[in-house]
Amino acid sequence: MEPPTAEELRERLRERLQAEHVEVQDSPQLCPGSFRVLVVSGTFRGLKTLQRHRLDNEALKEELGRIHALEQRTLTPEQWEAERGSSA
Amino acid sequence: MSAAVRAAWRIGAAAALRGRAGRPLSQAAGDGGEAEGGGGGGGSGSREAVERLVREHPVVVFMKGSPAQPLCGFSNAVVQILRLHGVEDYRAHDVLQDPDLRQGIKNYSNWPTIPQVYLNGEFVGGCDILLQMHQNGDLVEELKKLGIRSALLDAEKDQEKK
Repeated sequence: MEPPTAEELRERLRERLQAEHVEVQDSPQLCPGSFRVLVVSGTFRGLKTLQRHRLDNEALKEELGRIHALEQRTLTPEQWEAERGSSA
Repeated sequence: MSAAVRAAWRIGAAAALRGRAGRPLSQAAGDGGEAEGGGGGGGSGSREAVERLVREHPVVVFMKGSPAQPLCGFSNAVVQILRLHGVEDYRAHDVLQDPDLRQGIKNYSNWPTIPQVYLNGEFVGGCDILLQMHQNGDLVEELKKLGIRSALLDAEKDQEKK
């Protein structure tokens, strides 16, 4: 089975989580078929990290069977703004 | 973990122990479809078997390879983080040795990937969550609750003395 492309993952996360910002990176240096994602979405508000990651897993249900590994960063829009603000 | 998640977890675990889980997970289609061994109470991937493993020790890790020889970058990261905190005494299970366990642990936590870290019988997350906990100080706190003093606290103390 072909692994999904970074673009497919990006689209899926954007639609299913109403994400305002998504970054997907292949990380073949760790293990092939691994991806690193950053998802910024209002749906994460009030949720702990594990719950946020579970939402991502749910959104990528079909794709996960074809992925070796997934590293996630999940931020609310406020957290994302704060991060960008401090590094500018 | 939030109280709601904790409660849901307990209900699920209690129901499983009462045998409502039905057929052992090892008999469901899993990685490679290995035949389960004989013996009562379901295979190594059954809910009961996994429950026993996660409760075996305050710190339990399901990984690829062993702490001495991790076979994947993410599993290695978990081992290294624990080592940084001076945690060398924990239970590590190599899922590559046991396809039933590999599928069973994913079903148990409803989490699709390995490694999986359990503290005091509760699923905490994979390597990225453990790394975040390490970076934001949560891991030191969680270890403290288990009666484990992180080596990083002693490292800080040494710094202060100098």
